[in-house]
Amino acid sequence: MLEIKNLQVSVEGKEILKGLNLKVNKGEVHAIMGPNGAGKSTLASVIAGKQDYEVTGGSILFNGKDILELSPDERAKEGVFLAFQYPIEIPGVSTINFLKTAVNEIRAYKGQGPMEAKEFLAMLKEKQKLVQIDTNLTGRAVNEGFSGGEKKRNEIFQMAMLNPQLGVLDETDSGLDIDALRIVAEGVNKLRSKDNAFLVITHYQRLLEYIVPDFVHVLYNGQIVKSGTRELALELESKGYDWIKKEFSEIPA
Amino acid sequence: MAGSDKILEEITSSEYKYGFTSDIESDTIPAGLSEDVVRFISNKKGEPEFMLEYRLKAYRHWLTMKEPTWAHVKFPPIDYQSISYYSAPKKQKVLNSLDEVDPELLRTFEKLGISLVEQMRLSGVAVDAVLDSVSVKTTFKEKLSELGIIFCSFSDAVKEHPELIKKYMGSVVPPGDNYFSALNSAVFSDGSFCYIPKGVRCPMELSTYFRINSAGTGQFERTLIVADEGSYVSYLEGCTAPMRDENQLHAAVVEIVAHKDAEVKYSTVQNWYPGNKEGKGGIYNFVTKRGICLGDNSKISWTQVETGSAITWKYPSVILKGNNSVGEFYSIAVTNNMQQADTGTKMTHIGKNTKSTIVSKGIAAGKSNNSYRGLVRINKGASKARNYSQCDSLLMGDRCGAHTFPYIEINDKTAIVEHEATTSKIGEDQIFYCNQRGIDTEKAIGLIVNGYCREVLNKLPMEFAVEAQKLLAVSLEGSVG
Repeated sequence: MLEIKNLQVSVEGKEILKGLNLKVNKGEVHAIMGPNGAGKSTLASVIAGKQDYEVTGGSILFNGKDILELSPDERAKEGVFLAFQYPIEIPGVSTINFLKTAVNEIRAYKGQGPMEAKEFLAMLKEKQKLVQIDTNLTGRAVNEGFSGGEKKRNEIFQMAMLNPQLGVLDETDSGLDIDALRIVAEGVNKLRSKDNAFLVITHYQRLLEYIVPDFVHVLYNGQIVKSGTRELALELESKGYDWIKKEFSEIPA
Repeated sequence: MAGSDKILEEITSSEYKYGFTSDIESDTIPAGLSEDVVRFISNKKGEPEFMLEYRLKAYRHWLTMKEPTWAHVKFPPIDYQSISYYSAPKKQKVLNSLDEVDPELLRTFEKLGISLVEQMRLSGVAVDAVLDSVSVKTTFKEKLSELGIIFCSFSDAVKEHPELIKKYMGSVVPPGDNYFSALNSAVFSDGSFCYIPKGVRCPMELSTYFRINSAGTGQFERTLIVADEGSYVSYLEGCTAPMRDENQLHAAVVEIVAHKDAEVKYSTVQNWYPGNKEGKGGIYNFVTKRGICLGDNSKISWTQVETGSAITWKYPSVILKGNNSVGEFYSIAVTNNMQQADTGTKMTHIGKNTKSTIVSKGIAAGKSNNSYRGLVRINKGASKARNYSQCDSLLMGDRCGAHTFPYIEINDKTAIVEHEATTSKIGEDQIFYCNQRGIDTEKAIGLIVNGYCREVLNKLPMEFAVEAQKLLAVSLEGSVG
């Protein structure tokens, strides 16, 4: 579904990703781990299409399409979803109105008519229960006044509502306590299917106890230097990242 | 950011939708202003003597006045001698039904999206359509007259209800009030007159559409609304104008009088030609609007959505004379490209237990300048007065300006005055967040701006609220930044 080949990305002239390769198939969950500054969030942002990042080489194919050519909203309509690390507030715009607009934009892209209000409300209720999000949160302006945990849960709620093919979770576990973590993970697990895929970006192994990945990759110095199964995650948990740094420092450009 | 600059340059604003000209033959007098012109206007309208006297007095006073320069707007000096002060469509027969209306006129109204036929059949709104300086016959006149409600053109009122005009005209905005009200009092063309008798609640929203047609014609409309004791009326004013190269002056005067227990709601959606992207052309909207809550427990609300005009200069105000009277001002003022706005309100608290609410939402985009200017004055003896003001500015891009000039004068110890102000920017992050959910940038701006303006939009009568939302989106097209 997702094929990243030799991706090179710079920010303000500084090269962050130095030839990243990754392949994600339907039904798979891939974890991306790595030390700070490795380029994990850069990867997430580039997939989503954030403007600050300059792609200097390589390609990203999504279902065979070159998505680097597409605008961020087009990529979303193709089925890419990013659960932000720092979800932003949008005062004055209710979550319901926001999601209704998003749902209908995506439907229009696929040639479907807008969803009927009754159907939409039913779906809203269903997904609220799925990710255990408080109903009064959805009536408020998007993320306004939400706690850190509520914001992250709101991301998963939106993902449930938009039902993307590829869900990229950018450090969704940061800032969450154990209970919130569990609820968020449960939500993601309920959304897993053979038709979608997830890219879970995280520092810590902890989240991966709940969202069990099929593959784990280590991102270091702008490249994926090691791939494995969840055993790799456990190894990192016990050894830290130093052994990676030692093994893979001075990677040729 | 390289990317946003590109988008800024690539997206061009949509063409002004209402740019077209009617072919109706006009009766336009040559440019210039003199006592003879004033007499000509009065004579052409067949006005009684008292009206001519009023005009002449105002004109003579205007000659002694100087144009004010304190506003935060810049414009080249206006040559008052190069404006034609009268223009009317030639056909002036009295028409009994829409079938008799000049088909060209009807087509004009249809283009504006306000087909009178549709209006009559569907919405139940009485329409008094003003084309340039002369009113087309008012619809629904009979229905309203059953209730004793007078809703007619100002010109007709001068002739048919002189006693009301004599009593109230100039009582809220005297001719000498300011430079433009003096000019208006001398050369006013037409407008609406509305009188609601005691205890009557007007069953439908009253509305008027204006249009400037001929080149070089200043529009000087004059509106007077009087709500007698215990009455209620909701009045809508919506404007459009065709594309022009020369600036056109629009110096209107609106007076509202609310007696004891009466309530007047005045809503405006203003969409005059704003000038092109370089700031050429466009309407100068210099308007004096004022209401007086004369009687106890009376209430006047001004709600406005201003998106057009090259320059907007207006302060719909309320004088809270009656005890327990209430004044409200809800405003959205949008400026884009090279537009300028200096707008706000004045709330003067005179009676006891009076209350005023001000909610002003300014949105500046392009290279425009958007200023809020407000005065809350609590007179001595205006005990237990309460005011709440909220002025918010939203900046889109980094070449526009938003300014706030709030004045608060409190002369009574028991007053409670609250003032809040915010300045914000539509962040790129917010837009990207919307993008990532499948909402493109134009729609994202629409969502965010409508959320920002929701409090004011909710105050508009529903049909206006829908038009206003669309208008906001159109006005802000191409303002990504």
